[in-house]
Amino acid sequence: MADVAILQSGQGIDAAEAEYRAAQRRRRLRRRIMPAAGVLSVLVLWGLLVYGFDVPPFVAPSPFAVAQTLVENAGMLLANLWPTALEAVLGFLLGNAAAIAIATVFVHKKTAEEAFFPVVVLINTIPVVAKAPILVLLLGNGIEPKIAIAALICFFPTLVNMVRGLESVNPQAMELMRVLSASPREVFFKLRVPTALPYLFSALKIAASTAVIGAIVGEWIGSTVGIGALIIQATYNFDSALLYATVIVGSTFSVLFFLAITGLERLVVRWQAPVVA
Amino acid sequence: MVTQAALLDPAVAEAPGAPAIRCDDVAVRFITERRTVTALENVSFEIAEGSFLSLLGPSGCGKSTLLRVVADLVPPTEGRVTVLGGSAETARRDHALGFVFQDAALLPWRTAIQNVSLPLEVGGRSVLPPGSPTPTELLALVGLSGWENAYPHELSGGMRQRVSIARALVGGPKVLLMDEPFGALDEITRDHLNEELRRIWQETGTTILFVTHSIYEATFLGQTVLVLAANPGRVREIVPIDLPADRTLDIRETDHFMRIAARLRRLLGEA
Repeated sequence: MADVAILQSGQGIDAAEAEYRAAQRRRRLRRRIMPAAGVLSVLVLWGLLVYGFDVPPFVAPSPFAVAQTLVENAGMLLANLWPTALEAVLGFLLGNAAAIAIATVFVHKKTAEEAFFPVVVLINTIPVVAKAPILVLLLGNGIEPKIAIAALICFFPTLVNMVRGLESVNPQAMELMRVLSASPREVFFKLRVPTALPYLFSALKIAASTAVIGAIVGEWIGSTVGIGALIIQATYNFDSALLYATVIVGSTFSVLFFLAITGLERLVVRWQAPVVA
Repeated sequence: MVTQAALLDPAVAEAPGAPAIRCDDVAVRFITERRTVTALENVSFEIAEGSFLSLLGPSGCGKSTLLRVVADLVPPTEGRVTVLGGSAETARRDHALGFVFQDAALLPWRTAIQNVSLPLEVGGRSVLPPGSPTPTELLALVGLSGWENAYPHELSGGMRQRVSIARALVGGPKVLLMDEPFGALDEITRDHLNEELRRIWQETGTTILFVTHSIYEATFLGQTVLVLAANPGRVREIVPIDLPADRTLDIRETDHFMRIAARLRRLLGEA
């Protein structure tokens, strides 16, 4: 909206305004068309490469083969998306709930933060692919280890951001609460939590996509259903079209999950939020 | 010493002329990693109830610290602070203090009216004392009728500071403590708010302690100016301002005003 046009000499105000509005409409249209054109050109390039170099279908499929697989196997793909989505969403809820609860404890009990924050950092340094087998041994072959992996992967960014958010209270607002003789509980709910919300949401947006990654990685290790299992099967069968179709279904779900959290953020954080990295 | 009767009977405690704030030999020392800093030393003064005192001093002279000692935000290392006949803590717990911060300190997720209502939601005070103005009336008092539902980011710096003044006036505090509230505003807005503040003071009868580093602001606003000297912060002089009670901004161009301002400037220079 920061678009500014300078009025040319000899130009009528009405004509200039009309021209300005027209230019604004063109810009809005461009913002929609250009990304679509970008995606389309990548698809065309992909098709040209596959046909031009005569790439065999077990190495890489053509865009048409992928589209065909998406349509023909829609039922099977969706049946496999369902368990992955369930694991990702449950893991997301569990991991973030735990992170928020522990951040609350850390902010109120500095001793707990000093003792356990290094432990959390240590666990976070273990790669997901290494954590997954450990959890499968601990929790068996069902849905539980997948939820646990998705939860673990969400946990760390949310914990770090939530602690930072709860502690980044304006010092003068803190003094205000003291002048008003507010109780620690009132300070927490009326000041700390709203201050932390923008920080929390920037973590939740990261967690929305990483939770899906967690569930898929979990399925790679001992699972017969789900997007992760389907990826492994398609790879072993050299069914590249199915592999690509599965990846597209998985990432579409990730994007939708991310958009849902973004929508929730718009509903909750209605004030102009500070810029959060 | 305050007698038992004075503590129990508000009529006695609020007798006209009784000091609203009294500091006796107040000192504040901070310990930092390198050394101990004396922010205030030997500060003694008193303010009569209903009066307006400007606290003037160079930056780093401890004027904000002094305000925080009165507000029970900083405990004095030495000396005694008496607010409305009791301790500063009692005054704070009784909701007798209002505080206006330099940067307004509004909560960005609350609208103007919700910010003004905050004092009614925390600290165990859910109802207004009978006869005291409602948050809506206070917003009108500071000239912000019609802006009730605006968020802080939709308001100008001057408007935000008006909201914070309205918030500080909720419940009719006996003492209003103001920490360079107009320091970050442009001169035109500042002049306007100075006039408004004198009007609000005359309408509410609140005791005001106003921190500033502007000589003109201190002179125009106060009945008395307390000049602080720095390193360590101590009372340089207490200067009565014998300007008429009905002042407009024009008074700043009179010779009398200029003489007072020049005297304050000399006192600051010597400090």
